Amino acid sequence: MVFAAIFAGGIGSRMGNINTPKQYLELGGKPVIIHTVEKFFVNERVDEIIILCPKPWIAHTKALVESNLPDGKKINVIEGGATRNGTLENAVDFIEKNYETDDDTIIITHDAVRPFLTHRIINENIDAAVEYGASDTVIPATDTIVESMDGKIISSIPERKCMYQGQTPQTFRLKLLESVLASLTDDEKEILTDACKIFTIKNKPVYMVDGEVFNIKITYPYDMKVANTLLKGKEDDD
Amino acid sequence: MINQVYRLTAPGIIDVACTVPDIRNSVILRPLYMSICKADQRYYQGNRSKEALKAKLPMALIHECVAKVEFDATGTYKPGDIVVPVPNTPTQDDDVIAENYRLSSYFCSSGHDGFLRDYIDIDPGRLVKVPEGVDLKIASFAELISVAVHAVSRFENTAHSRRNSIGVWGDGNVGFITALVLRMIYPDSDLYVFGTVYEKLAYFSFANGRYHVDSIPDGLMVDHAFECVGGEASRYAIAQIIDHINPEGAIGLMGVSESPVGINTRMVLEKGLKLFGSSRSGVADFQRTVDLLAGHPKALAYLENLVGEVIPVRTIADIHKAFASDISRSFGKTVIKWEK
Repeated sequence: MVFAAIFAGGIGSRMGNINTPKQYLELGGKPVIIHTVEKFFVNERVDEIIILCPKPWIAHTKALVESNLPDGKKINVIEGGATRNGTLENAVDFIEKNYETDDDTIIITHDAVRPFLTHRIINENIDAAVEYGASDTVIPATDTIVESMDGKIISSIPERKCMYQGQTPQTFRLKLLESVLASLTDDEKEILTDACKIFTIKNKPVYMVDGEVFNIKITYPYDMKVANTLLKGKEDDD
Repeated sequence: MINQVYRLTAPGIIDVACTVPDIRNSVILRPLYMSICKADQRYYQGNRSKEALKAKLPMALIHECVAKVEFDATGTYKPGDIVVPVPNTPTQDDDVIAENYRLSSYFCSSGHDGFLRDYIDIDPGRLVKVPEGVDLKIASFAELISVAVHAVSRFENTAHSRRNSIGVWGDGNVGFITALVLRMIYPDSDLYVFGTVYEKLAYFSFANGRYHVDSIPDGLMVDHAFECVGGEASRYAIAQIIDHINPEGAIGLMGVSESPVGINTRMVLEKGLKLFGSSRSGVADFQRTVDLLAGHPKALAYLENLVGEVIPVRTIADIHKAFASDISRSFGKTVIKWEK
């Protein structure tokens, strides 16, 4: 089976206390998270979807799913973790507790705030995870990357042609992911916040799937403006 | 859902745009193979009037496509079904006028987005299932075949019943497909093809006779004819057809011309000829097309000759590559393998 785990924020803030998280803001008439979920929902190769969100947002997320998506594929809304790794572990635990899994079980993890992903990106992630065990979605870096160990002085400037910017999805064979996560010490868990980085450190191959420049992460108000610009002109079509 | 649409914004310039299709009441298709039509190429090259370009761009090109059903909220199709989407979309019912001639209908890649998209969202009534065994590269230009099928269907309703000999003028893709459709429907008629390029005429080996337009045997006459030439040359083709057609014959006009074409009306009147125009096609023509293909494996083998270069497209640069390759092709179809 192929599961899509949509990471909808690890923050525990209550609704109304702070600004609405970006994944719940409206874009083109629908919450960002719904656009993201729909892309997995329509993909024939994805069997089930798990949305992981802060506990206070579970009921709201369930209501959004119910009012926006047709019947046809099971969508589970569960609580995320305090950290990205915690959310990942919750997804893995949920799958293990509720489904029969085997070596061919695949988990695609994706940020709820990246609604512009494409069919190709999803399918190539699945294919790569099947073949290599893990995949990450990347685009070539356009800016020069500068490394500084102390935040003041440049310690190195890596060659740009070898640099890529990470996006999501990140996709794994579930059993392999479990074994890699189980091998982490508590200290490593604190430091290693990126699942693909964990694979790399444990000398497991992670295949790079071509992302898209427009597969942006909506993090800041500026990103929302960019997202709205990408949608400009939609009223001409639908 | 946010859907990526790859639009021609100006001749030679393609850019990504996003739309928000509603997945709750349509079928969601993933394009597999697409084929470039001359009409797409005219937009891409800017060989349309300034007014037409201004009115119709930006829009996604391509109206010839075979696709896989990814999701169907209506329950009409199963995920994985292979279908061809009908680019013509009627907006009003009409018991008399065919859907592809109604002024209220719209057409993908002519003022509305064509199929160069991440997903195609479409009404289930605008889909026709592709039978097993049909090569998807051939199915990618099922729309073009359906245009020929539509023309022949109109011919059946227009032409008198003596169909001993039929002539096809034009040795390009439309001529080839129209001749092949006539061969499938009228296996006992004598089928003659008239063209200007010997190399292309050689592909029409299923015809009873193939002739260069400058060396048609004296006395060769046909009961009916199809003009598949188009452009400025259609004038000469129509003139030659009028010379070589028997009285009361029907002439199907299929070639697109940007300029008005002169016709020898004196002889049209004297011979009592019927000229009928034919353009595009509708769902019924698509259905007849796939039925014909399923029943004529030999025709499929001939259609394989039409599959020119197959170009995998993963980037917008690849789309440009496909159009550049297509413009230099004198015969056959440029097929896009959609991997974007």
